[in-house]
Amino acid sequence: MALPAYALKAVQAPAPEAAAATEPPRTVADAVARSQVAEVLNELDCELVGLAPVKQRIRDIAALLVIDKLRASVGLQAQPPSLHMSFTGNPGTGKTTVALRMAQILHRLGYVRKGHLVAVTRDDLVGQYIGHTAPKTREVLKKAMGGVLFIDEAYYLYRPENERDYGQEAIEILLQVMENQRDDLVVILAGYQDRMDTFFRSNPGMSSRIAHHLSFPDYAEDELLQIADRMLAEMNYRFSPGAREAFDRYLALRVHQPHFANARSVRNALDRMRLRQASRLFAQADRALNADALSTITAADILASRVFTHNKTGDPHAPRPHHAVEVPAATAQ
Amino acid sequence: MMTNPTGRLTQGMFSFLPDLTDAEIKLQIEYGLNRGYAWSVEYTDDPHPRNTYWEMYGMPMFDLRDAAGVMAELQQCRKTFPDCYIRLMAFDSTRGVETVAMSFIVNRPEREPGFRLVRQEVDGRSMRYTVHSYATDRPETERYSG
Repeated sequence: MALPAYALKAVQAPAPEAAAATEPPRTVADAVARSQVAEVLNELDCELVGLAPVKQRIRDIAALLVIDKLRASVGLQAQPPSLHMSFTGNPGTGKTTVALRMAQILHRLGYVRKGHLVAVTRDDLVGQYIGHTAPKTREVLKKAMGGVLFIDEAYYLYRPENERDYGQEAIEILLQVMENQRDDLVVILAGYQDRMDTFFRSNPGMSSRIAHHLSFPDYAEDELLQIADRMLAEMNYRFSPGAREAFDRYLALRVHQPHFANARSVRNALDRMRLRQASRLFAQADRALNADALSTITAADILASRVFTHNKTGDPHAPRPHHAVEVPAATAQ
Repeated sequence: MMTNPTGRLTQGMFSFLPDLTDAEIKLQIEYGLNRGYAWSVEYTDDPHPRNTYWEMYGMPMFDLRDAAGVMAELQQCRKTFPDCYIRLMAFDSTRGVETVAMSFIVNRPEREPGFRLVRQEVDGRSMRYTVHSYATDRPETERYSG
């Protein structure tokens, strides 16, 4: 085919990194400074309470990625590391929050191009009739490309009791993309420990393609209290002098009750306390309210909780329900 | 040839340029995504200029953030229809605009025979003109195979 005479000659696509990479990094500090990953790691340290093993693992992964950059700069090429992960832990232990941070970290390090997080569950991947699943899963995968695909409660994808379940099809497509388009997206599976174990046992292909298994411990009570402090500060509230102790007692009782969901339960408790505070203030129709009164949660707001009346019959020394992960902090109370 | 100096179909953007490489296509897709466009892939083996609506390959891709998704779709379409024209279209969904903002051909058949001018005598000495694609003389799916 003859090129038209007026066609532009030698049209070249600019290399994507050509502008940025003036000189390859030489030292770890250089590479870290350039990727600004230290910032994210610090944020992770300051803003998330507890989760020591998780933070350590993330630091390890970040270190590997930085060293890989340095290796690449001296010509030691290696396969890009497999970054697919599984997050296991009880509800409210911060899996989604950490996944969001993970997307940022990987983006700063240049392992994902956009650094967005697409959070999905079974419903978003699995179709309702034959031939519906594959396009649906592919569509989600396309949206997640360049970022992180976060599959919450991933074990629902596999339903062994129904052999014609379409979940298996979604798993197969996922596996294929996880293997072939490793540099396009990172998949994070999340769920409760015991069910995820069963899921991985019945899908060995999935398990072997996931390099990083992170398990999220339950929060200790003092960590939950810190979390409460931060949540209140975010919402511009604060505890009155006696209220913090009352909330501590509240937590001590609450963790042994069923359906305790760590940080999520703390948030719900705080929301209920805001309600009580609001109606307390509402009742005092003639009082002039200043900022202090409007932002203070008193002990009375906390002690009105049902937890204090309800738990008298229960055994306060019972182990926490759904106690899949062995947590030293939780047993040491 | 007077009617087809380039020997190739010139529809959409970049059609007077040499074929875009995959890296260049990717940059164009990125550009569109940054403007908030939704990309879609279409194909046809009937290149008549008035054949406005080509066959859709899959759904338009809304909410994408990265070009890799569109490229994957394009590679699949190329694999399925290697002998067809394939174009990428970017839909701008801004209220009041709601139209195709970009469109360019990303795959062409090996040989593009072009068009013939058809003259028809009507009403005495009046002439009617139309164009006719040589390729469409053959049945669908065989138009560019041989």
